[in-house]
Amino acid sequence: MSAGQPPFDSPEIRRLTPVIGPGYTYGSVTDKISAIVLTRPTSLGWYIGFLIAFSLMGMMTVAIGWLIIKGTGIWGINIPIGWGFAIVNFVWWIGIGHAGTLISAILFLLNQKWRTSINRFAEAMTLFAVACAGMFPLIHTGRPWMAFYMMPYPSTMGIWPQFRSPLIWDVFAVSTYGTVSLMFWFVGLIPDLATLRDRAVKKPMKIIYGMLSMGWRGSARHWHRYQSAYLLLAGLATPLVLSVHSVISFDFSIAIVPGWHTTIFPPYFVAGAIYSGFAMVLTIAIPLRKAYGLEDFITMRHLDNMAKVMLATGLIVAYGYFMEFFMASYSGNKFDVFLVQQRLHGPYAPFYYALLLCNILIPQLLWSFKMRHNVAVLFFMSIVVNIGMWLERFVIVVISLTRDYVPSAWGRYSPTFWDWATFIGTMGMFVTLIFLFVRVLPAISIAEMRELVAETSEEEK
Amino acid sequence: MHLQRSHIYGVMGEFGEPEELIHAVEKIRAAGYRRVNAYSPFPVEGLSEALGLKRNMVPFICMLGGLAGGVGGFFFQYWAAAITYPQNIGGRPLNSWPAFIPVTFELTILGASLAAVFGMLALNKLPQPHHPVFNVHRFSHASSDRFFVCIEAKDPKFRLEECARILQEVHAHHITEVSDD
Repeated sequence: MSAGQPPFDSPEIRRLTPVIGPGYTYGSVTDKISAIVLTRPTSLGWYIGFLIAFSLMGMMTVAIGWLIIKGTGIWGINIPIGWGFAIVNFVWWIGIGHAGTLISAILFLLNQKWRTSINRFAEAMTLFAVACAGMFPLIHTGRPWMAFYMMPYPSTMGIWPQFRSPLIWDVFAVSTYGTVSLMFWFVGLIPDLATLRDRAVKKPMKIIYGMLSMGWRGSARHWHRYQSAYLLLAGLATPLVLSVHSVISFDFSIAIVPGWHTTIFPPYFVAGAIYSGFAMVLTIAIPLRKAYGLEDFITMRHLDNMAKVMLATGLIVAYGYFMEFFMASYSGNKFDVFLVQQRLHGPYAPFYYALLLCNILIPQLLWSFKMRHNVAVLFFMSIVVNIGMWLERFVIVVISLTRDYVPSAWGRYSPTFWDWATFIGTMGMFVTLIFLFVRVLPAISIAEMRELVAETSEEEK
Repeated sequence: MHLQRSHIYGVMGEFGEPEELIHAVEKIRAAGYRRVNAYSPFPVEGLSEALGLKRNMVPFICMLGGLAGGVGGFFFQYWAAAITYPQNIGGRPLNSWPAFIPVTFELTILGASLAAVFGMLALNKLPQPHHPVFNVHRFSHASSDRFFVCIEAKDPKFRLEECARILQEVHAHHITEVSDD
């Protein structure tokens, strides 16, 4: 912060960077947001972006098709590295999803007004990230058509899933997370779907939005129960989001593998998840507000706050890295010490240094007020953190598995073309879904924006 | 004059600001009407109290769902791992309850969330494709920038002129009769 800056959260700062631009009414927020979906012509940029993303998604389809024909041998995995890209990408994607739930649930419980204009697309991002994530363990089984074996169902063989295994916990955690996120998102959408129903001009649009809105009419009795349900969902999603990445960290920490078997994993994974998730929200929010002129709704205040959350969670992650070092040397366990040495000097050391650079060093720029208010810097930073968090999972999975207890069990891992094609393909799928979402559904919650207008006009009185 | 209930659902008045709506609802209820409902494009603070709405059932249903998910989930795992498909792994106890907690926790959340959402929809009687209030032409504004209050014909005190008069007194505009078909 430079010397002339007003203090941290003074009214002056709030006036300079409000959560919504001045002069909006219930009607004008409704018009502006619903117009993106209903009346604005689809821009050329949208088609180009969609085409690129959709092609990448096509590549994913080919990669998965080839995988189903040939088996997981087309990937770079082999004993001792059975996990490879599939698990790295799974953990990365599911972590990205966490910011959506954090914004929609935790910030809702904390009554943070600035969440309003970003929660809808952050929740959508959660859903799409969970969809991408869920695919990896599925195809990693090698026989995805047998995935129902993981579900508890009365089979003729009389067998049941092993409920003591973290991998089964994962199935329950991720599917619950997906379901609850979907419901949370949909419940939030119901009033907006009613708005679109009432404002749509074309008959098919009226029918589709009409069916989706289920006859919502804004009745006070309905709002009364709706608010209870929404608050309860937020309260339930909060422990859920913390549990999901904890359960995923159990996949590692329950195993007796050096570098994995530590108690710091659950909190450090959750912090990392939120870190990468906020980075992804920024990656999406910055182009979105630019493309659709939403600077009055997604203001600098939002970007600034998200940058602060990133900085805070980034420091927790840094603490996690430090503790890994400390516990290894303090415990004196020679395998843990060896693993730390491998991180610093082993064959994958460049990845580790890149990770420290991306996740710890570069994000320290966010301490500066100027940097947090520079959109280009924030966008760059969000990409850097996404890369850094991917590297973190790569380092965790690959270094530990290639340097197990006995040298005879050591190995090397390098991804193949098909690994990359699948990974980049899921990014294509993610972006495709985001593109479709902003085109057919309101990317900002209209009902909540009206509420915000009401609250701000009350404050001014 | 007593109108036949099959022809009219109620009388509706429109407002531009939430404060006006709350004021109107308070006045109408003070005049003794009980079958009154309000419609707004976002949840208006204080409206539930003005309408005299009591605590709703959603939290209770949510709790039942959570209990069902948690208790059912735990004992299901116990049954699967200790009774119907026991596996002796180095003589470890079959009822290894700490290992059942993550799934129990997730199923508690799942049950509670499903119950909250579907309970809310069921109590609101949604999905409901049609409702008489949609007959009012200007009601499409209820989902964007207008606030409505409706005195329903089912109210024992309901008299069309009386209701229209009280709506005029609270400065409602576009006072309309809501037909019931």
